[in-house]
Amino acid sequence: MARKRNGKAPNGAAIQAPAKMPITLTVNGIATRLEVAPWTTLLDALRDHLDLTGTKKGCDHGQCGACTVLVNGRRINSCLTLAVMQEGATVTTVEGLAQGGNLHPLQQAFIDHDAFQCGYCTPGQICSGVGLIAEGKARTGDEIRELMSGNICRCGAYPNIVAAIQQTMERS
Amino acid sequence: MISFQYARAADVADAVRQKAANPGAKFIAGGTNLLDLMKEDVERPIRLIDITRLPLKEVRETPDGGLRIGALVPNSDLAWHPVVEQRYPILASAILAGASQQLRNMASTGGNLLQRTRCYYFYDTATPCNKRQPGSGCSAIDGLNRMHAILGTSEACIATHPSDMCVALAVLDAKVHVAGPKAERVIAFADFHRLPGNEPQHDTTLGPDEIVTAVELPARGFAANYTYLKIRDRLSYAFALVSVAAALELDGRTIKEARLGLGGVAHKPWRDAAAEAALRGRPAGEAAFAQAADTALSGAKGYAHNAFKIDLARRAIVRALTQAANGTPQSQSSKSIV
Repeated sequence: MARKRNGKAPNGAAIQAPAKMPITLTVNGIATRLEVAPWTTLLDALRDHLDLTGTKKGCDHGQCGACTVLVNGRRINSCLTLAVMQEGATVTTVEGLAQGGNLHPLQQAFIDHDAFQCGYCTPGQICSGVGLIAEGKARTGDEIRELMSGNICRCGAYPNIVAAIQQTMERS
Repeated sequence: MISFQYARAADVADAVRQKAANPGAKFIAGGTNLLDLMKEDVERPIRLIDITRLPLKEVRETPDGGLRIGALVPNSDLAWHPVVEQRYPILASAILAGASQQLRNMASTGGNLLQRTRCYYFYDTATPCNKRQPGSGCSAIDGLNRMHAILGTSEACIATHPSDMCVALAVLDAKVHVAGPKAERVIAFADFHRLPGNEPQHDTTLGPDEIVTAVELPARGFAANYTYLKIRDRLSYAFALVSVAAALELDGRTIKEARLGLGGVAHKPWRDAAAEAALRGRPAGEAAFAQAADTALSGAKGYAHNAFKIDLARRAIVRALTQAANGTPQSQSSKSIV
């Protein structure tokens, strides 16, 4: 997975590594300029370049949902997009959900309903839940479960996660 | 991940030009499949041409009553588009049966058509695979092949096409609009994906320098009598073992028109003209449905671990046609099969 090209062309000449590219993202309300190599995923840019380590790297293949963030208000897997592709985008991570020292209602609901155990999937679950509520498509428990199926919780806190989302939907 | 060059395309002509000038390049839109394959070292493009800024994001109704879907329309937007929900609910249902909401928010219409198989051996660079490395052999034929194809296979490849959306598009007789260095052309959906034959490295008939610009639906949407029934190992966020898209037009209980598409069973979304013909003019009911199922599976061939798919597909076809005839399409959130 982490294998790199060896930097040599078949004739032995060195391949020039592509230059880093400047990009601007608005991350959690702050316009942020950074320089990244083209192969830097949005997830790695957030974690390694901006020290926003709330967003988690689980599988790094779009199968677990731990890396879920909101891009232009929509939930996506940040491990499966390149930072350079998101030039100009507005990104919200779990660090950007609280407002003025108050937890986002869904963050509070996760505490109220004990909707986590180890906590590793929680930032992705919460960002995904915020995206789900914004979509406005889920009403029933079945619909919440289906539309949250991209977020895996190996501790099995699913019933409490659904309850936390339902509480937030009812109060918003 | 491997290193590569990156460039953005300004418009369709520029994208095609850049691709022709860089034979080792690939287009990237949603990226959900390509970047995964690059992390796995299966795809090794020298350059990525970012087409996400191309003006292909429109869904618009056509003069002949159909719908033209831009290649960059995200899967989630398409599934929840009011016209799709009302007039092409089989397409909405199939899309919502696949992937997760995060992936559907990223994945594009054109990219869904072009996604690669999820055959384990295609992903595993330590094993032979004719699709990944032509001529190296097929590890699945005598290996673990529970998820593999039962129809249209070859000695070279028994991979399946993984898409749900494409099964519905096949049933709807969609057309694929593509642009290339010389001209634009339109490909009938049945001709877009191909069977593996001796060249499983080619999933589609798209040329190396061509780009998908739109998918067009004809007016007929089968909104009254349809279903998309997907059978899988877990109830959500898993690829189909077998899926069935069934669409009927009824006159009373007599079948006027029938469309039957299968997913998870072949190298392409599978339609069988004889099975559909066997339904036309017959009363909607178990006898006709069972005969259509038998016809559709008459050429099926099971391997060591996937022979169960033949009987599973047979039952799923009968159930799906029953759901369609009764106007009780499969819910993609409540998982009970009625």
